[in-house]
Amino acid sequence: MANAHLPPAEPEPSLNRVDGRLKVTGAATYSAEYPFDNLAHAVLITSTIAKGRITNINAKPAEAAPGVLAVISHRNTPGVPAYPPLKQPAERAPIGTAFRVFYDELIYFSGQPVAVVVAQTLEQAQQAASLVEIDYQTETHQTDFVANRSKAAIAMNVQRNKTSPFQDYDRGDPDAMPSAEVKLEATYTIPTQHHQPLEPHAIIAVWEADDKLTVYDKNQGVKSAQGNLAQAFKLPRDNVKVNAQFIGGAFGSGIRVWPHTVAAVLAAKQVKRPVKLVLGRELMFTSVGYRPFTEQKLAIGATKTGILTAIMHEGIGQTSAYEEHLERTILATRAMYACLNVSTRYRLLNLDVNTPTWMRGPGDATGMFALESALDELAFALQLDPLELRLRNHADADPERNLPWSAKSLKECYRMGSEQFGWKNRKPEPQSMQTDGMLVGYGMASSLYGFHRHPSKAKAMMQADGSVVVQSATMDIGPGTGTAMTQIAARMLGVSPKKIRFDLGDSSLPDAPGQNGSATIPSVGSAVHDACKALKNKLLILGASMPGSILSSAWPDEIEIKNGRIYPNAESRSSVSYADILKYHKLPQVEMTEESKSGPERDQYSMYSFGCHFVEVHVSPVTGEVRVKRVVTCADVGKIINDKTARSQSIGGVVGGIGMALMEESVMDHRYGRYVTSDFASYHIPVHADIPQIEVFFVDQPDVHVNPIGAKGLGEIAIVGVAAAVANAVFHATGKRVRELPITVDKLV
Amino acid sequence: MTDDKPDDPTPPDDGTFFEQSDRRLFLKQSLAVASLTLSPFPFLKTAEPDSDEAPVGNAEKVSFTLSVNGKKLRLSTDPRTTLLDLLREQLGLTGTKKGCDFGQCGACTVHVDGQRVLACLSFAVMQNGRKITTIEGLAKGDRLHPMQEAFIKHDGFQCGYCTPGQLMSAVSCLREGRANSEADIQEYMSGNLCRCGAYPNIVKAILDVKTGGQNA
Repeated sequence: MANAHLPPAEPEPSLNRVDGRLKVTGAATYSAEYPFDNLAHAVLITSTIAKGRITNINAKPAEAAPGVLAVISHRNTPGVPAYPPLKQPAERAPIGTAFRVFYDELIYFSGQPVAVVVAQTLEQAQQAASLVEIDYQTETHQTDFVANRSKAAIAMNVQRNKTSPFQDYDRGDPDAMPSAEVKLEATYTIPTQHHQPLEPHAIIAVWEADDKLTVYDKNQGVKSAQGNLAQAFKLPRDNVKVNAQFIGGAFGSGIRVWPHTVAAVLAAKQVKRPVKLVLGRELMFTSVGYRPFTEQKLAIGATKTGILTAIMHEGIGQTSAYEEHLERTILATRAMYACLNVSTRYRLLNLDVNTPTWMRGPGDATGMFALESALDELAFALQLDPLELRLRNHADADPERNLPWSAKSLKECYRMGSEQFGWKNRKPEPQSMQTDGMLVGYGMASSLYGFHRHPSKAKAMMQADGSVVVQSATMDIGPGTGTAMTQIAARMLGVSPKKIRFDLGDSSLPDAPGQNGSATIPSVGSAVHDACKALKNKLLILGASMPGSILSSAWPDEIEIKNGRIYPNAESRSSVSYADILKYHKLPQVEMTEESKSGPERDQYSMYSFGCHFVEVHVSPVTGEVRVKRVVTCADVGKIINDKTARSQSIGGVVGGIGMALMEESVMDHRYGRYVTSDFASYHIPVHADIPQIEVFFVDQPDVHVNPIGAKGLGEIAIVGVAAAVANAVFHATGKRVRELPITVDKLV
Repeated sequence: MTDDKPDDPTPPDDGTFFEQSDRRLFLKQSLAVASLTLSPFPFLKTAEPDSDEAPVGNAEKVSFTLSVNGKKLRLSTDPRTTLLDLLREQLGLTGTKKGCDFGQCGACTVHVDGQRVLACLSFAVMQNGRKITTIEGLAKGDRLHPMQEAFIKHDGFQCGYCTPGQLMSAVSCLREGRANSEADIQEYMSGNLCRCGAYPNIVKAILDVKTGGQNA
């Protein structure tokens, strides 16, 4: 079946990263690292109050400091042309307004950018920033989710949109829950968590002319950033260039154009020089979004034999006072298991904080923590094996849309995972397994993630020397986009990966979506496939038209291409190379650009990726310390393009999930509405010593209905369900059910 | 195998310093004002004598010498400049990364006189006379250091941002005799954070170099 979609030859199944050498030698250039002779440095000043207004800014001491070029605030900003005229007195922006940089004196959250200092050197800018005096008039702020929970409401966005998936949802019999044989109800809480990629967000903004802007900006979508900046500064789209070739991780924090980017562009305009602005680690907590604090109530009804008869899932997510951020929190519950009677509710709570954003596995990582923890609780209540409970409720078709799955090998994932892990050795009773004085727990959870494919273009170019350049304005925040695309092109064209260059991260390249929602391989991979296929066909026609060509009588199905040489069939000893064809036709280059997008199959099939995780934890009965000892993770994401990088991506998802489960929590001091976790000493992410070897298994069968390459994308599903698997393992080890992440020692002793 | 050639004290001290190199214009400009003698720590000037604020920083530049990746440099910088910012902002050696600027992430790990050091926690001028090796100095010309090869082979990174620091730490970890087991490596590499979660692959890479398997 795979052969119908990809040529059989796999040049190098585990091609090393094409940019590996650049990354290990320090030669990969990230956003803050482009050299400019005339570069000025900017440092942001942010509000120290959570709500109120600025009453005075004394910038004089800073302006007089050595090397200072400008101190810019709402009082002297060159202005963002797209912002509406100021009102007097200033009025709070209605909900649904993207934050406006240096717009007026109003403060919406602690850490809001209120001024930027630009100086000749970084040291001068940092020093001068400490000299800016800002007076505020404070108003009472509300940042505490728990204290304000009762104010949560249906998002205005949802109220206006009757077809929104976040509308209240009910299917089946409303009496199913009250009449269920076994009932269970619990509340699960996820604290605010931050992406905290190792590379802080950074930008160099360069005004090439009054109407021409170039930015080297850390983001996950050069095309969307280009459109956004063009709109904000009222420039023709092509006059804005966005470059982001290397991105030091993002996990969702780079999906939007954030205020600091606009601040740097304004600063560069004001000082008429290239300006670099790098967020300090502390500002990474208030500047680029976060996974929102979310409270979920799960009620499950089942038969005594473990058949789900009713599920009620309610979620409340946190958002800012000026924007609504909605997540898929409750949506997975509608599709995951074969349950006839399901209700979901989703509410938002506006607080005086900055706006959250998508973080790896957005919504689903949150929602599946609750659903998969609740399933584990149900299994325990029924004295049923947790895996068996899931098998009994396996959904053979999408119960929400009443459509067949495009492909689903979840049972195969369960089988592979449980065998590799040794799940059969699990003793059912909590606290029943021990080793070396440590409590041993086995836990598992399912995962799923919806399939996303967006229209994408790619250009493939055959050069006179037989080398290939493929281009698309896609991104690589870490998964290895260029490597996978090179491999797709190599397979299609029959050219060695070494002779292929893939260009990305540049807004002047053919249109592609940003890197999010696990959509890059499905979308851009399809475009690269189609462009290379078109290029190959064009070259074969050109080859066949050469006088006496060995290709003129070849059957297209029998043609074999290896290392850039075309053989009429597998037995043939004579061949013609791509370079020969271009040489004969006196062509310096042959190129094809193709756009690839979904068709009617989206309405015929329900498209998801599925998987599962098995986790062993050891818990100290004395200190409550939890150590993850072993993880087996399985995923069915269709065809795997590059096994090596895919494995790394899965490992990364598991590591993120372990962080989510055991350590990550952004803590706010609500007296000031300010995070007390402001660095890596207070916001803990896993380190080497926290992470064991992780075993990864893929079903690796193409999903023939989703796209021409049969691949569904992996980034998100890798983390979905991991936190639940860890929590379930902790329960098995200790008998303590922790429903409030992270699972820290205080909750276990 | 972990011999770090660039640490060898054989810099050409012919007085030309950067003239024969490809350093950037702004660096040359900053060198042009360098004092040729080492001066003691400067005092901070007050820019606004009538201000009662804390002294406003107009730090006089301080001259000092460094050997960076085998090249001896005579430098002059703001005394507030960290070793990390000197490398990244003035010497164009951006391979050393700024992850947190607080000594918590390890992305800025370099070797100072052969020891791993966090470049963000050290002022540049404090390194006077010392030998610095950065990620740019790890390979011998086109020949990658075995640890670099092993990171590629085992896919010991994704985004690549923590990678230079991981590599510099990994090389030191071996040198320090702390790479004798998986647990050992995990412990002695725990100062280097990786948000992509490449840890298991990094550990495999280090073990591979330890056992010499990277050439197999």
